[in-house]
Amino acid sequence: MEEHLEAGKESKPSSMSPDLQGDSSLQVEISDAVSERDKVKFTVQTKSCVPHFARTEFSVVRHHEEFIWLHNAYVENEEYAGLIIPPAPPRPDFEASREKLQKLGEGDSSITREELAKMKEELEAEYLAIFKKTVAMHEVFLQRLAAHPTLRRDHNFFVFLEYGQDLSVRGKNRKELLGGFLRNIVKSADEALITGMSGLKEVDDFFEHERTFLLEYHTRIRDACLRADRVMHSHKCLADDYIPISAALSSLGTQEVNQLKTSFLKLAELFERLRKLEGRVASDEDLKLSDMLRYYLRDSQAAKDLLYRRLRALADYENANKTLDKARTRNREVRTAESHQQLCCQRFERLSDSAKQGKPHGPGAPATALLTLPGSPFLSSPELMDFRSRRVSSFRKNLIELAELELKHAKASTLLLRNTLVILKGEP
Amino acid sequence: MSAPVIFDRSREEIEEEANGDVFDIEIGVSDPEKVGDGMNAYMAYRVTTKTSLSMFSKSEFSVKRRFSDFLGLHSKLASKYLHVGYIVPPAPEKSIVGMTKVKVGKEDSSSTEFVEKRRAALERYLQRTVKHPTLLQDPDLRQFLESSELPRAVNTQALSGAGILRMVNKAADAVNKMTIKMNESDAWFEEKQQQFENLDQQLRKLHASVEALVCHRKELSANTAAFAKSAAMLGNSEDHTALSRALSQLAEVEEKIDQLHQEQAFADFYMFSELLSDYIRLIAAVKGVFDHRMKCWQKWEDAQITLLKKRETEAKMMVANKPDKIQQAKNEIREWEAKVQQGERDFEQISKTIRKEVGRFEKQRVKDFKTVIIKYLESLVQTQQQLIKYWEAFLPEAKAIA
Repeated sequence: MEEHLEAGKESKPSSMSPDLQGDSSLQVEISDAVSERDKVKFTVQTKSCVPHFARTEFSVVRHHEEFIWLHNAYVENEEYAGLIIPPAPPRPDFEASREKLQKLGEGDSSITREELAKMKEELEAEYLAIFKKTVAMHEVFLQRLAAHPTLRRDHNFFVFLEYGQDLSVRGKNRKELLGGFLRNIVKSADEALITGMSGLKEVDDFFEHERTFLLEYHTRIRDACLRADRVMHSHKCLADDYIPISAALSSLGTQEVNQLKTSFLKLAELFERLRKLEGRVASDEDLKLSDMLRYYLRDSQAAKDLLYRRLRALADYENANKTLDKARTRNREVRTAESHQQLCCQRFERLSDSAKQGKPHGPGAPATALLTLPGSPFLSSPELMDFRSRRVSSFRKNLIELAELELKHAKASTLLLRNTLVILKGEP
Repeated sequence: MSAPVIFDRSREEIEEEANGDVFDIEIGVSDPEKVGDGMNAYMAYRVTTKTSLSMFSKSEFSVKRRFSDFLGLHSKLASKYLHVGYIVPPAPEKSIVGMTKVKVGKEDSSSTEFVEKRRAALERYLQRTVKHPTLLQDPDLRQFLESSELPRAVNTQALSGAGILRMVNKAADAVNKMTIKMNESDAWFEEKQQQFENLDQQLRKLHASVEALVCHRKELSANTAAFAKSAAMLGNSEDHTALSRALSQLAEVEEKIDQLHQEQAFADFYMFSELLSDYIRLIAAVKGVFDHRMKCWQKWEDAQITLLKKRETEAKMMVANKPDKIQQAKNEIREWEAKVQQGERDFEQISKTIRKEVGRFEKQRVKDFKTVIIKYLESLVQTQQQLIKYWEAFLPEAKAIA
């Protein structure tokens, strides 16, 4: 199915658009997207006065795997270990919709032609909504990178934005998949670290607090997201139920010869319109609630990842200390043990500072004074504070919009129902 | 007195409509109470009658009845009136599973729901029965409503609403199998039968869809409640004070909305779904009545054939000159002539009754549906208005996040 999207600002579900318009020196957006058989092709447009680029305005075409390549490049870069890497956009997934559309196509003799047309309409709207969402997710990822003072200067990012040809990022081969497997096993070791089960002693109150907070927050937001999804799904089922009800009422009305004729036909019309309203409630809840929760689920995971990296560095440091002690007792390979320990120490301190200050700490970088926020006993951290402020403003925006939309739909339903009642009551 | 065979098509129906049936009698079924223990336990319901009709000794009175009493009442009325063309409202269905749970003493929500469903169904059943002018005059009905003691109805298995309908349907099948080529002299009956057949099909379809709606609305309620809990937990975790408060408020709103959905699901079921299922069973009774008319015709037809045979026998006896056989033949002819006359009268009577009944039924159906549709829509309006209230209260909380 060829789907073309002219991405204008209004048409995008903007639940996650952070306030990124501040810095005009690098503006990135997805100006167009096409859905082909297997892939979605995004047109990434950049406007920039950064001297590195050859032109001030240019576009390239990218597909999902290239976004993942970019994300991995950031994650694997030691320089950014102390920063929160924006979560990768999820894979475009039209499978569910495609299956449903196919099932419809196979035909079911008990469904009338009108019902079939309506179900098809519903499915196409669903397909379009998923498409718009995937565009928004990919765009937000790029925009967050562009807004981050450090991440925006990455060489791979420039390549991604500018390089006209395909990045030849193929899907993972067997070795890489296995690598991913192992990475997950390492992840569970990380979980042990971060949940405090490994017995590793945290040295910094600030990070202790952040760790407990993030762990709990992440679990609860995951719960909330799952359950919001189920609510949305129920609303959709309800909306779908109105289709056969409306059709049956219509048939009843056509067959009746008495006063019930108008009643049934009016009722059929009413249910058809209620269906559309119920559908809109479902999709608004999806956008404003489910999607937002899902995004911050991923973002809080990214924050957790930052803490993992730091704790791993701490664990390495401690092990290096033990090795050094042993080496000193045996008086063997002391030099190597010493330099290794030095490295681990430096890495750990760099990560901690970075996580707190948001800047890579290296030779020549000035030791900046740590800021204190009023009312907070802990030292602030731009990275984690940034996570918080993004979260708060996003929740605020979406909860307001959710409430406003729910009100809008409830008022429209009330009007519709009242009008129908007036007509039905007025009948002799 | 001979009635014309072909009636003025709509005369009976117009008569019925002009009657403006006003029956000042109201029945309530309430206070389900468990009597006894274990498998012999049963539910007793209070049946309260309020009326100004003079045929009753008091204006307000109540009795205790159990489910089998209702079935017994229906079986008596059905046996007296169905075969002469009256549409006797069917009693509610028996349910072994539902009742066993109640007997065993499961005090859970599903058995309370079951009892409530049954109570409401019994109430609607009695309301419909007393609305029928002929049935209202019946002594068995009066005894049911008034007597403090009622002889226990036995063999209610066969006499349940479902049992009666099964009998009626079997009769219908038998009739169809005989491929009665009834000389329908009156197209009205053919037309009406077709209409009821179509109505039956459409109502069944609608009912199935409404049942799905009820189910999904209940799911929505459960999912909303679950979400409310997780929103509350998330609010507790949130360290930004204003956002934390807003999330708790959201949780409260969602909890209230869950209640709303539950109430709406009740309305969906008790108003919409049960109305449809009642009418599906009522139409089965209507179909049964049409089938009785066909059987009645067949009986008349058979009598006419037998009469013809008897006349042939007489002629044969006359030719064979057997005087005693001739006398016997003459007697039999007289007997069958009477039967033919009776058959014709019966057929005309049942046809007349059915016309009247159908007129009354249709009038009632229009009224029932209109009333319930309006009530149901009003319940939907209520829900939406509450939603508006809740979200309007929440909006300033969301805006207060700073």
